[in-house]
Amino acid sequence: MRYVKDVALVVRSKNAGPYELTLDLMFPDENTYDEVRGSITKERIAELYKIDVSQVLSIVHFAPAHAVKITLVRPRPSGDLGETDVYGAQQHAPLFDLTY
Amino acid sequence: MALEEIRVLSPTAILGYGFPLASFEAGLERDPHVIAVDAGSTDPGPFYLGSGQSFTQRSAVKRDLHYLVAAALERNIPLIIGTAGGSGAMAHVDWNLSIVEEVLRELGRTASIAVIYSDIERDLAVEKLKKGEIQPLGPVDQLTEEDIRASANLVAQMGLEPIMAALEAGAEIILAGRAYDPTVFAALPILKGFDTGLALHMGKILECAAIAATPGSGSDCLFGTLGRDSFVLEAPNPARQCTKLSIAAHTLYEKSNPYILPGPGGSLDLTETVFEELAGGKVRVSGTKYVPTEQYFVKLEGASLVGYRTVSIAGVRDPIMIEQIDSVIAGVKERVADNFQELKDYHLHVHCYGKNGVMGELEPTPVPGHELGLVIEAVGPSQEIADTICSFARSTLLHYGYPGRKSTAGNLAFLYSPSDLSAGAVYRFNVHHLMQVDNPNSLFKMELGRSGL
Repeated sequence: MRYVKDVALVVRSKNAGPYELTLDLMFPDENTYDEVRGSITKERIAELYKIDVSQVLSIVHFAPAHAVKITLVRPRPSGDLGETDVYGAQQHAPLFDLTY
Repeated sequence: MALEEIRVLSPTAILGYGFPLASFEAGLERDPHVIAVDAGSTDPGPFYLGSGQSFTQRSAVKRDLHYLVAAALERNIPLIIGTAGGSGAMAHVDWNLSIVEEVLRELGRTASIAVIYSDIERDLAVEKLKKGEIQPLGPVDQLTEEDIRASANLVAQMGLEPIMAALEAGAEIILAGRAYDPTVFAALPILKGFDTGLALHMGKILECAAIAATPGSGSDCLFGTLGRDSFVLEAPNPARQCTKLSIAAHTLYEKSNPYILPGPGGSLDLTETVFEELAGGKVRVSGTKYVPTEQYFVKLEGASLVGYRTVSIAGVRDPIMIEQIDSVIAGVKERVADNFQELKDYHLHVHCYGKNGVMGELEPTPVPGHELGLVIEAVGPSQEIADTICSFARSTLLHYGYPGRKSTAGNLAFLYSPSDLSAGAVYRFNVHHLMQVDNPNSLFKMELGRSGL
């Protein structure tokens, strides 16, 4: 078992519009990308964020950037009452606990 | 004779974010056919659309425009600005227009300016809603007539057509209201007969300027050259390179699916896109297709007033208090509610930095550290009510007696005097929907005039 963070080049989060939060994991080469991407599932992400699996909207594999993109429903639309991160740029840290 | 290639200069990621003059000049040396820049984003949140204010500063926007307007007029090429004023409603566009007019006066020039408004009449939106021609975009509730009427500003995101019409009308400077980001870059190439899919994809990358290069920057230029079956991107600043990875990675940025990118009237399909690295820090992109939708949809965006906000910032270092911070905050909220029983219509929240201040309910490990930063936030129907609730919550928390308390002189370390900051109007996004339209031009009113001197 290894940590995804140890092989990923980029681990980031950002709004994808005001209603969705998107997480990107990018890997240095095709081999690493192929080795890791299978273990990133909706169930694992839901577990890491302690959210219902229905809140994980999609997981897309994007070979040209050796990247896996995960999109979540935002806890609330950006800037709504109770907001903690308007740009959604600091919601990626739980991915540091992801293993493969 | 038909052009073999068309060249587009994107000076900066957002109008007002700036660019090094040397980069801009290096971009101009490549002889662009058009200078285009995106001025907007929903990232800074709902306040800007709702209030009609820009998230960029006037003097920074004017600085950029000074060079852009001068270069465009000098070279007799169009300057196209998308989502003027940051959110593209009338107040934003007029603000941006006033800066362009000021720059023209200072340059001693005149120019024909097209202004394209994107504000949507509430009655029209209600009529569309009743006809079933408005649907949610993403994880959003169905729209209601109340939402439409409540929005302080309501805009539709224009596609290529209104900008192409402004170019055909001979505008030298185009200020577009809310516009799909790639359109300002793609309109001239498509008007000249270049492929729509490639032109839009190039625009999609140029829109964020040098963010797509490496090292990335939101305040530097990117240059695109579109040929008949591919386009090439490069950074005029020799310190930056476009790499296959930097361009492909940018395709992921701020969107949920990098293969299908929906926009007004159709989608970009990247399933067969090829990114190819060329010598000299350039990347060639080919294979992207444009797939028109059967019906033409535009995105509607609206924001409504929620109330007024007051915040107070304070720290906690006492370990006995930190241990029971959740119950202390709950107790304070109860006291506030009990004391102001007639004021039901307020929101009181205490953000706990050091525990879950950044991620809120998404935080998987809400374990407090040895100190906490608290932000007491009150939102009420008037500034006075927000001030009152925040002040009362702050003083209650300061002297709150929790079990086992030893620090009986006060619970909070205040950063400032005064401790409470009135933060003004609060808006929320309340419309994020797709609206079906019959004619992609008719929604967007263009005004063409000569300005300057």
